[in-house]
Amino acid sequence: MPQLTEIRWHARAGQGAVTAAKVVAETALAADKYMQAMPEYGPERMGAPIKAFTRISTDPIEIHCNIEYPDIVIVLDDSLLDIVDIAEGVHDGGVILVNTCTPPDQVKTRLGVNDSVRVASVDASGIALDTIKRDIPNTPMVGALIKLTSVIDMDVFKGLLAKNLSKKFGQEMIDANWASVDRAFAEVTVA
Amino acid sequence: MAEHKTLATTGNSVVAEAMRQCKPNVMAAYPITPQTTIVEEFAGFVAKGRTDCEYVTVESEHSAMSACVGASAAGARVMTATSSQGLALMWEELHIAAGMRLPIVMANANRALSAPINIHCDHSDIMGARDTGWVTFFAETAQEAYDNTIMAVRIAEHPDVMLPVMSTLDGFITTHSIDRVDVLDDASVSGFVGEYRPKNPLLNTEAPALHGSFAGLGGPFFEFKRQQREAMESARTVIKQVGDEYAQISGRPFDVIDTWGMDDAETAIVVLGSTAGNARHVARELRAQGEKVGVVKVRVWRPFPYAELAAALKGVKAVAVLDRAESFGAEGGPLFLETRSALYDAEARVPVVGYIYGLGGADVRLELIERVYQDLSDIAAGGVAPGSLVYLGAREEA
Repeated sequence: MPQLTEIRWHARAGQGAVTAAKVVAETALAADKYMQAMPEYGPERMGAPIKAFTRISTDPIEIHCNIEYPDIVIVLDDSLLDIVDIAEGVHDGGVILVNTCTPPDQVKTRLGVNDSVRVASVDASGIALDTIKRDIPNTPMVGALIKLTSVIDMDVFKGLLAKNLSKKFGQEMIDANWASVDRAFAEVTVA
Repeated sequence: MAEHKTLATTGNSVVAEAMRQCKPNVMAAYPITPQTTIVEEFAGFVAKGRTDCEYVTVESEHSAMSACVGASAAGARVMTATSSQGLALMWEELHIAAGMRLPIVMANANRALSAPINIHCDHSDIMGARDTGWVTFFAETAQEAYDNTIMAVRIAEHPDVMLPVMSTLDGFITTHSIDRVDVLDDASVSGFVGEYRPKNPLLNTEAPALHGSFAGLGGPFFEFKRQQREAMESARTVIKQVGDEYAQISGRPFDVIDTWGMDDAETAIVVLGSTAGNARHVARELRAQGEKVGVVKVRVWRPFPYAELAAALKGVKAVAVLDRAESFGAEGGPLFLETRSALYDAEARVPVVGYIYGLGGADVRLELIERVYQDLSDIAAGGVAPGSLVYLGAREEA
């Protein structure tokens, strides 16, 4: 049977969710998988709540609609927990990963999801500020995602990250991004 | 098979790439959402010297197509791209391009027409251009958009056709999603499309020619139109030939319709564009449960594949036609009307149900497709048919 993984990203415009969805898709392609990545387009205003979607599969992907029943939900901004139903449609046994300082058990209680859903917290913004020196949480969030699921490969991801960054930045920036990925991988906690 | 590379990229990006590989001499274009990144990336290729093309920035789509008409009559290979209101603004030049038999290739990012204002996908724009005389392709995926754009050049410039060709892809759904796409090497594409050798170029001062002249009462206007019809009919054969040749370098078989499960299907969905994938996905799941369902995707809209569609639907007990465009006051959307027409000469009378869906980018959720197959199953079992036209998934109160 085809193995299809569906990821829904929640973020505020400008946080890099679309870029992250794209890099995750490229990482999947590098492992010879099929993938799809698309933002839900609307009026583009910095800070507005947005969604983006990534599908990864062992077989060609034929569906061309939004993801309503995700396997994985990634939230780049925890202020969205108050205004968006980020847990909507999440599968039993699914994963919700939030960029937050709040411990995962508290996030889980607040979301009111059933026990089979794994809820994870990581302070990706804090890590990004320490390493990349800017609040761009998308890259460390992928590091945490890799810890929680085997949907993409860490080495392939880091390789692509370096390749993409090297177009505009030097080794220092690549090292900072790698450090952010490693720290999020190490620091993410699950309830 | 030719060399290729596999990319994670968008529909618009690979359409721009296909255009670069086909080496147009002139592009005249005006940006409009969601087509913009096609002309933006192509302009980048010109600026970086990656293609030797005269890029004409114009002040509107009306001017864009006018410049394309002039350049094409002059003898250039010409391409452009547009969407929605832009295509609508081109309307009079669309007829002129076809009437002057100019092999212009245009990409269209399928998008709703105002009002209300909406930038998202439906097929209203393209259906408005239905009778302008352009050969018209629909793409389900970025891959098909890439392939169709390359084939379009050969079809347009074929001596038996000499008509403009539109290669369409669904706005945002296909234009902006990142998808897995195989892109051929430059040499294979340029070898496949070859060089354009215009028959009567305006710039040939040795043999002056008149294009688009007056052909009024008593003139050859009526006969010109018959020749356009003949050219469109010839396109049927040429499209298949070019499709077969392209399959040899791409490894991707091409036909004017694409069928899934139709050998023994009892019910079928007929559809254009990206929604074909959603339909096939649901059909696979229903097949796994033993339901005999099928999907027919129409890849070439003009000339419409009547014979192929009728053959594919032979023996089916109920057909649903999904239209992403309205034809207010008609019995159904444009694809519904064509499908019923295709089935008129069939031996058995088959119930055909029309659905209008996804207008203005309304999401085509899988449960909507499931509902269509359920309706078909009820009809095939002798149950009551739904009304003649269903607005699939529309809220009662908006």
